[in-house]
Amino acid sequence: MSDVASSARGDLKLSHITKSYGDFTAVNDLSLTIPEGSFFALLGPSGCGKTTTLRMIAGLEEPTQGTISLGATEITHTKPYQRPINTVFQNYALFPHLTIFENIAFGLRRRGIKDVNDAVNKALELVELPHLAQRKPTQLSGGQQQRIALARAIVNRPALLLLDEPLGALDLKLRRQMQIELKWIQKEVGITFVHVTHDQEEAMTMADTIAVMNEGEIEQMGSPASLYDNPKTAFVANFLGQSNLIKGSITGSDGANQIVDLFGQKISLQKDRSHAVDNSILAGIRPEKFRISRLETSTSGNILTGGKIEDVSYIGVSTQYQVLMPWGQELMVFEQNDDGVAPFSVGESVNISWEPIFTFALRGDDDAEAGTEVNPEEDLDEE
Amino acid sequence: MRKLSTPYLLLIPGMGFLFTFFLLPLLNLAQTSTQTPVGGGDTGEYEQSWRFANYLDAFLENKEQFGRSFLYALLATVLALAIAYPLAYTIAFKGGRFKNVLLVLVIAPFFTSFLLRTIAWKQILGEEGPVVPTLRSLHIISESTTLTSSAFAVVMGLTYNFLPFMTLPLYASIDRIDPRTLEASGDLYANGFTTFRRVTLPLSMPGVVAGTLLTFIPAAGDYVNAAILGSPQTKMLGNVIESRYFKIVDYPTAAALSFTLMAAILILVTVYVRKAGTEELV
Amino acid sequence: MNTVSRWFGRNLLRVYAVVAFTYLFIPVAYTFVFSFNDSGKSNLIWKGFTWANWQNPCGAPEVCTALGNSIKIGLLATTFATILGTMIAFAIARHRYKGRSTTNLLIFLPMATPEIVLGASLLSLFLVFQINPGFWPTVIAHVLFCMSFVVVTVKARIASLDPRLEQAAMDLYANERETFRRVTLPLVAPGIAAAALLAFSLSFDDFIITNFNSGTMTTFPKFIYTSAARGIPAQANVIGSAMFFLALAIVIIGQFVSRKRKVS
Repeated sequence: MSDVASSARGDLKLSHITKSYGDFTAVNDLSLTIPEGSFFALLGPSGCGKTTTLRMIAGLEEPTQGTISLGATEITHTKPYQRPINTVFQNYALFPHLTIFENIAFGLRRRGIKDVNDAVNKALELVELPHLAQRKPTQLSGGQQQRIALARAIVNRPALLLLDEPLGALDLKLRRQMQIELKWIQKEVGITFVHVTHDQEEAMTMADTIAVMNEGEIEQMGSPASLYDNPKTAFVANFLGQSNLIKGSITGSDGANQIVDLFGQKISLQKDRSHAVDNSILAGIRPEKFRISRLETSTSGNILTGGKIEDVSYIGVSTQYQVLMPWGQELMVFEQNDDGVAPFSVGESVNISWEPIFTFALRGDDDAEAGTEVNPEEDLDEE
Repeated sequence: MRKLSTPYLLLIPGMGFLFTFFLLPLLNLAQTSTQTPVGGGDTGEYEQSWRFANYLDAFLENKEQFGRSFLYALLATVLALAIAYPLAYTIAFKGGRFKNVLLVLVIAPFFTSFLLRTIAWKQILGEEGPVVPTLRSLHIISESTTLTSSAFAVVMGLTYNFLPFMTLPLYASIDRIDPRTLEASGDLYANGFTTFRRVTLPLSMPGVVAGTLLTFIPAAGDYVNAAILGSPQTKMLGNVIESRYFKIVDYPTAAALSFTLMAAILILVTVYVRKAGTEELV
Repeated sequence: MNTVSRWFGRNLLRVYAVVAFTYLFIPVAYTFVFSFNDSGKSNLIWKGFTWANWQNPCGAPEVCTALGNSIKIGLLATTFATILGTMIAFAIARHRYKGRSTTNLLIFLPMATPEIVLGASLLSLFLVFQINPGFWPTVIAHVLFCMSFVVVTVKARIASLDPRLEQAAMDLYANERETFRRVTLPLVAPGIAAAALLAFSLSFDDFIITNFNSGTMTTFPKFIYTSAARGIPAQANVIGSAMFFLALAIVIIGQFVSRKRKVS
């Protein structure tokens, strides 16, 4: 391959990418840089445009507008087979008429490499399935097929490896195991991985950087921890884990903190954790950051009083409570079952408290329900 | 540029063939159907006079055969459906690992020439075959009743010959039904019959439509079964067209009858497909 | 009594299937049995067992000429119909172009046209152009009615292909031509083979269209039809039965091979 495109290396850069199908805009003015060697996840619900973005990077779709470049080379309109990019397809797309060996050797042979044995065997060893070389794909289990699909892509040493919901078809246990294995393999081979998924846990387990997509745009990008601890929008707050979002307003300031009024009760918020544009905000607290206390117990930090336990669910490692607040909102609280405190029961009156540093604030006009109604198991994507 | 022309390059040879040997002949046949004999000429010499009354004449002269063609084809289709549906259902749901073998068995009789098999029926049901004497000795039929040379034999022959055409599409669509939908129906208080009527049958409708079309269309135009198993009283339209062509050399009437037959079939098929709600088949 | 009726209730469908298969196979069995009939010229009544017909299947006049013609026509028609039909199937299944519904209609119409109309109209065309009916007109006629079945069969196979397989090939450095050669064609091949087999059996067994366009040339079905009046020689039964077993063997071997390929 003497193409310039095929030997390109470096950061992947999407600039102002738009993809429309008739009236429908799947991806809207998306710009993004994925640094070389990183494990990057595109996370979002069905139909958010993440698969379309992936297919444009692979060359299977052409953007309506914008450019894609790899290092210094623009690849926006080059054919998929001219790009040093390989894909692990959803449901793997192994060639049913070829043996596992020939499946893995496919890309090497197409690039005119004569002696493929070494490379193929190494790839098989990397995914720990060297004994399956002469089988056909239909004789393999889902997990094995998944590994072969990975080997088939990695053997080509691409500049970029795309993974399209690669673990979607596996059961939970196998998925967890593969997540760890994928992360290890990425470190081992040092190839940039771009991973598309709707499973927030999967994205958080594996990726260095996550871009959360919604309706064709990137809502927020950052490390898993920064996204979780300090979401910018209600969509991110709800899609990554769960959040309690309470309407309030900023009434004053106290050093590095702001004083927030939540239905008549005062709490404090770190200034740098506020994404609000004016005094009207949605105050956010993750359910596991809350502590429940009986009225007679003294507590420190932010306190909301007047709660009443509505529902108790014991789920082993923790207990989940629904607490009805005086303004009619139900708050979610996860309590670790490790402190020997007797569990609360339905109907009990309680107070809720948390450390002020855990409060984050969103714009007051954001939709508090955004990102909650999606069904993460739904597999229908925009293809 | 290349992208645009690929499909046309693929289509041109085949479509050119269909145009030359299907559409052109039909147009020519349409023309022939309005010709009249040359005054004082030999038999078989015709001139173009655009006489559309040929159609009316041809129809009125042969309306019995017309009716018979459609009646026999309809009966054969219904019978074939009644035989093939349970058969296809059994293969699809009870065939297990013998599914493919059973399917091959459905097609297998094809490979013995259908004429040989039709003639075999004629001999089996004939005076010297084993069936008639047995039925007579059991007094099921009278001494003078015969089974061949009858409408019964023609319809039976049609049913027999087109049975695989009915079974295969039925099998294809029944086999696609997820057996869990049938269990779900049972779970939701439907008895066997209701399950069949509300779940199995609607889901297999594409197969029913395809199968009935593949049976009805050739059956309505067939003349071999009527010629071998029938009598002059069971002649179908195909027999008339055949004899007009080869024996009487009356090309205009044969052409007019051909066109009327085709038009009638196309109208029936269109109405049927619309009613069955499976237009995507066509 | 109760157990008997319960057995019937449970196995009604299976009993029905056995009856249906018996119905399908009675004439095949009859044809086979009478291929051993020591019948002389007309094979109407059982006269005694003989191997003679199987030892000399070409013994009856013309029967093997007719068979040879049928095979030649079948092979030629199958080849042309398969090539033309497969090309059309790819165009319809894989491309969006103007006039797609017209092509679909043009493919469907020959299947919805009774054979007698197809045969008669072709004959009129040949007469107009003063082409004598015979071998090549018959081949053309057979290509005509086989092609639509090929298109439908191959199209279904292409439609059932996972588009991601071709995308995966392109992703793995195969250009359009190589993707077609290495992935698309091998995966569609079983469909093309099935279509060809169907085309051959339709052609081999066709009588009506052949009768219109073959003139004085005989084919195997034509031979049977014309000799039906004076009695069909037992050699025809030999050939019919042999075809049956041959086809059955091909199908069974095909199944066996494809299963073995899947396993090993």
